[in-house]
Amino acid sequence: MNPKKIFAACALSLAIAPASAMAERGSDGQVNIIYWQAPSIMNPYLSGGTKELEAASLVIEPLARYDQDGNLTPWLAESVPTVANGGVSEDLMSITWKLKSGLLWSDGSPVTSTDVKFSWEYCTAEGGGCSQAEKYLDITDVETPDETTVVVRFAIPKPFPYNPFVGAQAPIIQKAQFENCMGAKAPECTDQNFYPIGTGPFAVTEFRPNDVITLEANDNYRDPSKPAFAKVLFKGGGDANAAARSVLETGEFDYAWNLQLAPDVLASMEAAGKGKVISAFGTSVERIMINFTDIDPALGDERGTIAHPHPFLTDINVRKALSMAIDRVLLTEIGYGPAGIPTCNVLPAPAIYASTANDACLTQDIAGANEILENAGWVKGADGVRAKDGVRLSILYQTSTNAVRQDYQALIKQWWSEIGVETELRNINASVFFGSDPGSPDTFQKFFADVEMYTNNFDGTDPESYMANWQCDQRPRPETQWQGNNMPRYCNDEYDKLSMSMASVGGLEERAAIARQLNDMLMQDYAMLPLTHRGRVAAHSNRLGGVVMNTWDSELWNVADWTRIE
Amino acid sequence: MNETRAPQASSPSRSQWAEIWHQFKMHRGALLGAIIFVLIIGTVFIGPLLWTIDATYIDIRARNQSPGWTHPFGTDQLGRDTLARMMVGGQTSIAVGLTAMLLALSLGSVIGVLAGFFRRLDGPLMRLTDLFLSLPLLPLLLVMVLLFRESLSSIFGPESGIFILIVVAIGITSWMPTARIVRGDVLALKEREFVLAARSIGTTNLGLISRHILPNVLSPIMVSATLGIANAIITESALSFLGLGFPPDFPTWGRLLIDATVYLQDYPERVFWPGLAISLTVLSVNYLGDGLRDALDPRIRGR
Repeated sequence: MNPKKIFAACALSLAIAPASAMAERGSDGQVNIIYWQAPSIMNPYLSGGTKELEAASLVIEPLARYDQDGNLTPWLAESVPTVANGGVSEDLMSITWKLKSGLLWSDGSPVTSTDVKFSWEYCTAEGGGCSQAEKYLDITDVETPDETTVVVRFAIPKPFPYNPFVGAQAPIIQKAQFENCMGAKAPECTDQNFYPIGTGPFAVTEFRPNDVITLEANDNYRDPSKPAFAKVLFKGGGDANAAARSVLETGEFDYAWNLQLAPDVLASMEAAGKGKVISAFGTSVERIMINFTDIDPALGDERGTIAHPHPFLTDINVRKALSMAIDRVLLTEIGYGPAGIPTCNVLPAPAIYASTANDACLTQDIAGANEILENAGWVKGADGVRAKDGVRLSILYQTSTNAVRQDYQALIKQWWSEIGVETELRNINASVFFGSDPGSPDTFQKFFADVEMYTNNFDGTDPESYMANWQCDQRPRPETQWQGNNMPRYCNDEYDKLSMSMASVGGLEERAAIARQLNDMLMQDYAMLPLTHRGRVAAHSNRLGGVVMNTWDSELWNVADWTRIE
Repeated sequence: MNETRAPQASSPSRSQWAEIWHQFKMHRGALLGAIIFVLIIGTVFIGPLLWTIDATYIDIRARNQSPGWTHPFGTDQLGRDTLARMMVGGQTSIAVGLTAMLLALSLGSVIGVLAGFFRRLDGPLMRLTDLFLSLPLLPLLLVMVLLFRESLSSIFGPESGIFILIVVAIGITSWMPTARIVRGDVLALKEREFVLAARSIGTTNLGLISRHILPNVLSPIMVSATLGIANAIITESALSFLGLGFPPDFPTWGRLLIDATVYLQDYPERVFWPGLAISLTVLSVNYLGDGLRDALDPRIRGR
C-alpha cells in the first residue's frame, strides 16, 4: 500500500468515525424499499411467500438468525446454545434458549419466555394451517422455567435443533396480541396480522395489502441508537425491471429485491451511477430434472408413475450424454453473468457440503457424448435423430415462462441436436407451473414431460431435509395428490438408507460427508443435471449504507444498521 | 332457369370488375395499403428462399450485434439473425391471421345470413351471438390450450397442433361482428323488390341467398374480413406475448416483441422491427378494407 492510499484510508475512517458515533435513532429520515411482489400480510406463519417473510422481518424477530455467511447469530437470545456450552442436552433431545434481558415489545410490555412458547402453540394449533409447521416438527413440549428461559423438548434426538424460533420463518410473536387468534381464527384477525407488535427496529403504521406499508422506528428497540431511519416506505408491486430502474437509474428507491434480469440489462442500468447491484450465493441451483417414468398419455392414470419406466431416459448413457453436451459456463455467462456460477452439484453450498467429485461436467464434450451414445447402440437415423429398437431420442423439455429460461432452452436444444437428440420446447406460465394444483397437468410436480428445468434451494444451512427430497417415498404420485419433491421419481434403496441415516448422525463433519456422498450419488446417476448456482440479486442506492446481503435469512435482517450516506 | 337470370348478373361483369378496380385505384390509401400488404406477404414467404440463414440457429459469438452487412436487422441475445426470424415469424403470424379470418368470416356469414333470412332462426342465432360476444377471449384461450394442446400436438405435431388450436380459438371467438352486420343487411335486402320478384317466380331459398343476397352483402363481409385479419394478427401476438401458444423457440412477431421488451433500452431496434411489422400489416389491411368497401358498394361507386 502506498502512503497516499494509507492517508486516504485514514482520512476516510476519520470522516466516518464521528458520523457513526453521533448516529442516533431516527436521524436519517426515510428509507424507501421496493419489493416488486407486494406483501399481502405481515404474519409469516400465515404465508409461505418470501415477500411476506421479508416484510415481516422488519417488525418481528426470531431468537437467532443466520448471518451473511450462514453462521447462527444470537438475535433475541443471549447466545446460541450448543452441546459444548450446555445449551443442548447430551442426548440431543432438548435445547435451552436464554432471552436477552430487558427486551421490550414495541408497545412497551416486556418480552418473556411465555411469548416464545406461545409462538410454538400458535403455529401448531389445531386447524390453523400454519405455513411454517415444519419448523416445529417433533416438539413434545416447550417449557418456561422462568421469565427468560425457554426449554424445547423433542420427541427424537435432533442433531440439528435450530429449526424452532430460528430464522425469518419462525419469529416470536406477542402472546397478548395473538391470544385470541389461534387455530382456525388465525386468518380472521386482520388487525393482528397487518399490525403485529414486534421487537424489531420498526413498527407498522399503515398496512395496505398488496400495495404500500409504512413503518416508523420502534421507540422500544433494544439498541437506543438504532435504527438510524425514522421511517420506512415499503412499496410492493410492479416488475423486476421497473424496480431495478427505480433504484439504479432514477434513484426514487433505496433498495430493490430479487432482480432476475439479464446481466447486460442490469449492467447498463448500473452505469447510470445511482446505485449498486449486489449479489450473494445461497443454495439456489438451476437444474434440469430427468423423468424416470413414462409420460405417454395412453397410460391414463398410471402416466408418470414408477409402474412404467421411461423408454430411454432410464439408460444412464443417454442421461450422461445429455449432461456432457451442455456448456454450463456459457449458459451461466449469458443468463446470469456475475450472479451465477456454473455448477455440477445440486448441493453447492455451504462450502463444507460442496462436493468436488463431479467438476468434470464443467467442460462441454460433444464428441464424447456422441461416442457414448454410439457405443450404447443409439444410431443416427436419416433425420439426424438417434434411435435404438424403434425408440427415438425425442425429448419434451418444459420450464416456466421467463426470458432467461427460454434462452437456456434454446441453447440446450441446439447442443442436444448436435448429439442427435430431438427436443421440443414448452414454457408454462410460472403461476401454473409452480402452482401445485393437482388438477392441472402442467405443474412441475406432475412433470408430464421428459425433462424440466427450474431452481430450488433450501432454507437455513442444514441440508438434511433437502437431501431427503430424493427418497423414493417423496415422489409425487396420484396417492399423494401429486405432492412431493422427488420430481425425477428417483428410486434407489442405497440412497434412501444413506439419507435416512443422516437423522441420527450428530457431528458436523460426518453429516457433511454424508451430504456430499448423497449429492455424488445423484450426480453420478445423472438423475438431475445442475446448471447454474444462482445468487440472489438485489440493488441498493449509493446513498444507502450498511446493507449486507444475506441469502440464509431475510435480506432485511440487519435493517437496524442501515444508514443514509450523503 | 339459371339461364334466364344469367344476363342480369353477368352482362356488366367485364366492366363491373374494371369499375371496381377503377374505384379502388381512386382511394390512394387503399392502393398504398394493398401494395404494402402484398410486399409484406412477398417478403415473408419468398424472402427466406433468398436469405437462407436459419431462424433458430444460435451463433453465440455473434450475439447482440447491431444492424450491419452480415445481419441487416442485427442479432438477438443468443446470436440468432433478426431478419430471418422476422420473416419466419411473419409467415406464422400472417398464416394465423388469414386462416383465422377465413374461419371467422365463413362462420359469421353463414350465421348472419341464416339469422337474417329465416325468421325462426333469428332469435336463437342472435342470442348465441350475444353469448359468444360475452365470452372473454383470453381466459377461454387459456382453458382451450390446457385442454386440447396435448391431444392436438400428439396428432399433428407440436407446431401444427398449436397452429390449429390458435386458429380455431381466434376463429370461433371473432365471428360475431360479421354475423351481426350481415344479418342487418340481409334483413333490409330481403324486403327489396328484386328479392320479392325473384321469390315470386319461384326461386328457391338457396338460389335467393346465393344469387341475390350474398353478392349484395359482399361489401360488409369484405370489410370485416380485412378487419378480421388485423384482429387475428394482434390476438396471436398477444398470445405469444403472454407466453402461450407456440413453443418458445418458434418465432412469431408477437414472440419477437415480448422477447425484445427487456432490451428496450439497450437495443431498441429489436422491438422496433416486429412492432413495425405488426403495425404496418394491420394498418395496410385496414386501408385495404376501407378501399374495398368503397369499391364494392354500388351506391358509392362512380361518385
